[in-house]
Amino acid sequence: MVLRYWYLLRGSPPRLVELVYWPTVQMVIWGFMTLYLHPEGDVMALGFGALLSGVMLWDVCFRGQISLCGAFLEEMYARNLGHLMASPLRPVEFAAALLVTSLLRTLIGLLPTSLLALWFFGFSIYSLGMALIGFFFLLIVMGWAVGLVISGLIMRVGLGAESFAWAAIFAVAPLSGVYYPIATLPEWLRPVALMLPSAHVFEGMRAILTEHRLDLTSMALATGLDLVFLGLGFAAFLAFHASAKARGRLMQMGE
Amino acid sequence: MLAPAEMPALRVDGLGKRYGAVCAVDDLSFALPQGVTMGLLGGNGAGKTTTIGMILGLVTPDCGRIEVLGHDLGRAGRRIRPLINFSSPYADLPHRLTVRENLTVFARLYGLRRPAARIARLARDLDLEGFLDRPSGRLSAGQKTRLALAKALINEPRLLLLDEPTASLDPDTADWVRGLLESYRRRTGATLLLASHNMAEVERLCGEVLVMRQGRIADRGPPQMLISRYGRQTLEEVFLDIARGPAGHGGAS
Repeated sequence: MVLRYWYLLRGSPPRLVELVYWPTVQMVIWGFMTLYLHPEGDVMALGFGALLSGVMLWDVCFRGQISLCGAFLEEMYARNLGHLMASPLRPVEFAAALLVTSLLRTLIGLLPTSLLALWFFGFSIYSLGMALIGFFFLLIVMGWAVGLVISGLIMRVGLGAESFAWAAIFAVAPLSGVYYPIATLPEWLRPVALMLPSAHVFEGMRAILTEHRLDLTSMALATGLDLVFLGLGFAAFLAFHASAKARGRLMQMGE
Repeated sequence: MLAPAEMPALRVDGLGKRYGAVCAVDDLSFALPQGVTMGLLGGNGAGKTTTIGMILGLVTPDCGRIEVLGHDLGRAGRRIRPLINFSSPYADLPHRLTVRENLTVFARLYGLRRPAARIARLARDLDLEGFLDRPSGRLSAGQKTRLALAKALINEPRLLLLDEPTASLDPDTADWVRGLLESYRRRTGATLLLASHNMAEVERLCGEVLVMRQGRIADRGPPQMLISRYGRQTLEEVFLDIARGPAGHGGAS
């Protein structure tokens, strides 16, 4: 299945360009915004690097989800799901292939963007050090969990639910503390935010950038929550698949 | 996987499926011996596609049992799926991928050890050699049908389900496809279940037909026997007699 998505990318330059285009546009806008807010210094100073780091790390979560849903939607658009589900491919293997494809697509999109940020603004996301690898996986796993739920929903109800693929993850962005600490949120909302792995990741990111310390508690909480989220994502995908089979949706793809 | 010759390729027993208030398939039972082609006839909404979907494991039956070569589909789906394949107008192949890429993906999904050799053989048999590196979306209707058949034959299935395999083809190409299916059945001993509205095609290919109406079997038998039993000249006239006959029971999908 991963080969199938590789063939698709290889044969479609617009798809490849799109993977790099949006993260780059985001990075450029926020890079200039950071310069505007702090015109005298470099973007790494006084924690302003947290803005750009936040933008790029949030893109990991967003790209992880959108790439997974995008790969799934390719099967819906191509009316290929029936062929796949009648083959020896198991639904859990299909979901795993979507995860691997999402990882590859996210890396293809974000690696060039991170290098451009270095070139344009002298900003290096790699200044986060080894923690960056942890943040990357913690955020992409959360994106996968959301992506699995939405892909399953689309399989169950059809392309009428497609808009969720493009919009759902933004619902958790305000609670994730991408650009501001969780302490900024109203007190009653903080417990909700702290149920999200992403909230702990961005708290951990700020701890490194502003206090130069690795917050292992945040990392551990994010890891635990991620495991729960991913488990729920797989369970939802499989449940939606079973429901789609019961309702004959796998043979009637469309709205 | 070898199965004794007397074992049916497909046994369907008490199969039923409802979509809400609509009864799509109602207490369907039949057996399909190995090495034959059986026609599955019926008007639109008679339950043919739902039946094929349940045999493929794409639709969960409400009740009943499906056995493929002696294995229960509900319990041993993982073992059965490599033995089955299908072609249907309800499923398409990714248009962006070339013919070779599409076939390679499915060859790997079906666990073929030498995909390139199998693809080369199918390309030769189905006259696709000149189009192997062309995106599937740029094929003509006839070429797309041949690609769909190549995908359906990629794993050399023991049970091949075909839903309208020659729809939208010109008479010459359709005739060629029928010849290919007949030759595949003879060469491999595979079993074919063919859903079609083309009665001439069914008469040519099928040793037996099963006519569905409102989710149930309305009649069955060899085409010539049905024609003489209904006192008609063609299978199409028999089909019309059954389709326009008094309503039976329930509704249809």
